[in-house]
Formats: sequence, structure tokens, C-alpha cells
Amino acid sequence: MRREWTAYLFHAPGLILFAIFVVYALFTSFILSFQDWDLIGERTWVGLDNYREILQDGDFHEAIGHTAYFVIGTVVPSTILGLGLALLLNSQIRGLGLFRTAYYLPTITPLVIAALLWTWVYHADYGLANYYLQALGVIDEPVFWLSNRSTAMPAVIVMSIWQTAGFGMLVYLAGLQAIPQELYEAADVDGAGGWTRLWRITLPLLAPTTIFVLIINTVGAARNFTPIFVMTNGGPPGPGGATTTVVFYIYQNAFRYLRFGYASALAYAMFILLFGISYLQFRWYRKRVEV
Amino acid sequence: MGTVLGGEKHELGQPVPAGLEPARPRTQRRRRRFRPARWMRYLILIAIAIIFMAPFAYMVSASFQPLEQMFRLPPSWIPPDPTLDNYVQFFTSGRNIGRWVFNSFYVTTTITVAVVFTSSLIAYTFAKRTFPGRDFLFLLTLATLMLPSEVLSIPNYLILLHIPLMGGNDLYGQGGNGMLNSYWGLIVPNIGSAFSIFLLRQYMRSAVPDELIDAARIDGAGHFRIYWQVVMPLCRPAVAAVAIFTFQFWWQELLGPLIIIDSAELYTMPLGLTTFALGNRTLWHLIMAGSVLMVIPIVIIFFVFQKQFVRGISMSGLKG
Repeated sequence: MRREWTAYLFHAPGLILFAIFVVYALFTSFILSFQDWDLIGERTWVGLDNYREILQDGDFHEAIGHTAYFVIGTVVPSTILGLGLALLLNSQIRGLGLFRTAYYLPTITPLVIAALLWTWVYHADYGLANYYLQALGVIDEPVFWLSNRSTAMPAVIVMSIWQTAGFGMLVYLAGLQAIPQELYEAADVDGAGGWTRLWRITLPLLAPTTIFVLIINTVGAARNFTPIFVMTNGGPPGPGGATTTVVFYIYQNAFRYLRFGYASALAYAMFILLFGISYLQFRWYRKRVEV
Repeated sequence: MGTVLGGEKHELGQPVPAGLEPARPRTQRRRRRFRPARWMRYLILIAIAIIFMAPFAYMVSASFQPLEQMFRLPPSWIPPDPTLDNYVQFFTSGRNIGRWVFNSFYVTTTITVAVVFTSSLIAYTFAKRTFPGRDFLFLLTLATLMLPSEVLSIPNYLILLHIPLMGGNDLYGQGGNGMLNSYWGLIVPNIGSAFSIFLLRQYMRSAVPDELIDAARIDGAGHFRIYWQVVMPLCRPAVAAVAIFTFQFWWQELLGPLIIIDSAELYTMPLGLTTFALGNRTLWHLIMAGSVLMVIPIVIIFFVFQKQFVRGISMSGLKG
């Protein structure tokens, strides 16, 4: 107890960074969100105008919709796929390490590369997707995956599922290992079948794992920028189009249109939305897991 | 190789319940019972593995093909005339690739070392010490966990621009570029990591016995020595996991460099690679070669530290 001050000393580097790049940053952007500024000219106070604009900005509302579409479209299938793979792998499978690596490799692949690679996969004339889907008779003629309003987002989502499922698989594998075997043995004695055991033992006991995977995947998907930047540039038809997500829209307003004030207000709006969602998820998590 | 994760329960700090050990014979009996289903399992697993690996296989193959070959159907999974031309061209494409590779390694490694150091110091105080304000600070850390850095990219751009006495700035942060367009700007804002603090703290709480710390204290060790010589050696798996996560995350970072860096010589690899994809004149063959080169370090790290990596993920998923 005498040397309590060293505890604060240990915190010093972290706290200094936190004070500058989080607290002061939040303060700066809060001030900025009531101003109009193009980085070069004068800053002018505009009161609540930026926030009023947010309420009427159809593009932003669409961007929220696109983000929700992307988040749900990615997180739900990716989590289910991760769980499925973990369940399949968790039964004395030969070559577990090999399978695990195969499913996890996309997750450790730098996102830029994943995005570029899939841009080629979706290439209208020479891409793998069109060639093999045509060969299998799923589609009759080449689809312009990334330049078609209705297929662009699903295409990005498929890439994202491929990219994130491995993470869920690994966490679920760890979660499955933590379930005591005795429970299954007891269920065997009671004559419970495979499905009963899955629904009555495995899934309920995996609930904390599921919540954790959902939180990490949701936050990750909501931050989605790189695939949009690389694959579609927010289109089609162009920036502001069918795949413009919130982060991309903020980036665009700040660093392309140089609307720093408005972009800051947008960032605050996103922060509040995301914080609300994370907070709810986290409370749900804490209820089940002691942190 | 059977159960890779199985043997790690002890190290996760969870006592293995008595009666769990002789579970082997049971699972073997179950295995026999479900044999038909097992073939299905392998079939599904292999099918999905093929789909998951296909883009990589194609990437590697395409990196040894000339561009014309890539524009031919059916896609060639094995290059008909393998050539190293793409790799040669990649390095002689008029871009400063060597410098970009260095930049990426330099920035990512520095961030990783700094994150491991600052996070583990803080995690130690959260896990093993009591002091006024601890719970508040921990709550703050958890709150930061939910704050995506993208939200802060605009104010941080301005903060970096106005760092005093850097990049030609005066004492009041005016007149120059501050930390923009420099390694500083890519490194400094990213050293604080709530996720790493959280993960390390969870691990330390279970992996480091209080008695050990008390004993070291009685022997007269200061807190830094306890942290460095007692706690850190016991936390190697967690430290490795944090290091790998951090490296992996910043190795692929695009938005930060995109905003902060102006001069091409300071580009990182992810930003550099995007310069090969310009509109309809995308140099696909060079992108494939560059991608292979950029994936290699991460894959090597993954294979070397696979065990720690898996354990790190399991630690972050379970309460440890």
C-alpha cells in the first residue's frame, strides 16, 4: 500500500495517450461538430445545423441502412458457420490442425489483399465466380457483381463471411473444449440423442462464447471500411451508392469533400449508435459471464 | 495432433474436474457408433476447406502467370508456364517497394512492442494491485473497448497536425505538418490498446498466484521488478497472443496511412498495393505477386506461434 503511487506511474504512458487521442480527440470533434470548416478557411460556428442536417440527410440514412445490411448479413451467417465448423471439428477429427488452418487463413489475411483478391474473383469476364457459377449452371450469363446495385453488397458480404468465419470457429472450438465431458456422459445415460444434446447442453453452455463472438464481429463489421474502399468505392453507381457504409460516408465527407464539421457530427452520431448497441450487447454479456 | 486444444485446459487456469481423464475410451466407443456420419463430416469439412482455400490457391498460381494468362478461361490453377516475371516487375514497377516493406515492418513492429509494454504494465495494476480509482480506470478501459478508432480519425488528424514542435510546428502547434506524413503519426496514436489491456488482465488474474507476488515483495522486490521478473515470464502465452493480434491488425491497416501519409515514400504495403488497382488499368498480375509477398510474413508468424495464437483467442473468448 505504501507504494501505491507506482501503480499510477504504470498507468502514465497509457493515460497520457488516452488523454490526447481519446479524451481530447472526443472534445475536439465535439467542438468541430458545431462548426463549418474546410481545413483551410475560417472555422465558423453553425450551432446545431450539422445535427439538423444529419436528421435530413437521406444519404446518411441510407448509409446506416447499408451498414445494418452489411453487419447483419455478415455477422449472423459468419457466426453460424463458425459454430458449425467448430462442432464438426470437435469430434476427434483427423487433420484438425490442417482444417483449422484452412478456415483461419482468410482471417489472418490482410483485409486489403482479401478485398483485392475477391475483386478479381468477382471480375465480370474472367473472375472465378462467374466462370464456375456458369459451369455449374447457377447463372446463365456473367453477372457484374460489383457494379450492379443489387449484387454489390451481397458480394462484399460473402467476402466478409469468408474472412471472419475462422475467428468464430476458433473461439467456439475453445468454448467447446471447456464444456465438461461428464454432462455428455450423463446425457448418454439418459439416452439423449445428438440433437437433444446439441440444443440442451452444447448451445446453452456456449451462450457466453456466442455473445462474445457476436460482439467482436458486430463491432468489426460496423467499422467496415477497407473492403468498400477497395472493392466498390461506395458504389454502384459511385460514391454514395449502394455500398456506402457509415464509416465510408464519414471518410468521404471529411477527406474528399473536406466537410470536417459535418463529418465530425456524423462521427458522433455513429459513435452514439454504436456505443448504444455495444452497451446493450455488453450488458447481456456481463449478465452471463463474470468479467 | 488429435485434440490440439484439449491439452491446454490446465494452462488456461481451469482445474480439470476429477473423472474427466478417463473420457478417452468413451469417445472411442462413440466414434464407432457414428461412423457413417463421420464420412459426411469429412465430406463437408473438405468441401468448405476447398472453397475457403480456393482464392489463395488462385492467388499463388496467378502470381506465377503473365497477365495474358490470367485473362484466359478456364482459370489456370497450375500455371502452364510458371514465371517469376510478376515478382521482378513488382519490384521494378517504379514504386519504392523496398521502402514500403520496410515502412510496414518498422511501423507494425514498433506499435507491437509499445502496445505489449504499455498494456501489460496497466494490466498488471488492474489484475494484482489495489489503489484508489482502479475500478474507475478499468471501467474507462472497457468503455474505450467499444470506441472504434474510425470515429476518432478526424480529430486525431487535427491533433497530429497541431502537435507542438513537430514537423515544423512552433510551440503552439502552428505552421507545419506536426506528426502528419511521418512515422510518428502512424505509430503514436495507436499505442493505447484497451483490448490488449483487457486480455492481459484476464490472464494475469488467473495465471499469476498472489502468493508469488507477496513472496517477491517480502524479498524486497519493487513493483517494476515484480512485473518484469515474476509476472511477465508467467504470462508468455498471453503476451504472445497480444503481440500477434497487434501485429496482424496493424500490418493490414489502411485507413490510418491513407489519411495521415502524403508522400509515396512513407506508404505502407496495404496503401502501396492499392496504387496497383487504379480504375480499369488494374495491374492484376502484380497485385497477385505483391499479395503473396504480403501474406507470407503473417502466415509464417501464424505457423510459428499457432499454439499461442489459438490459446490467445480462447483466452479472449472465455474468461480465462
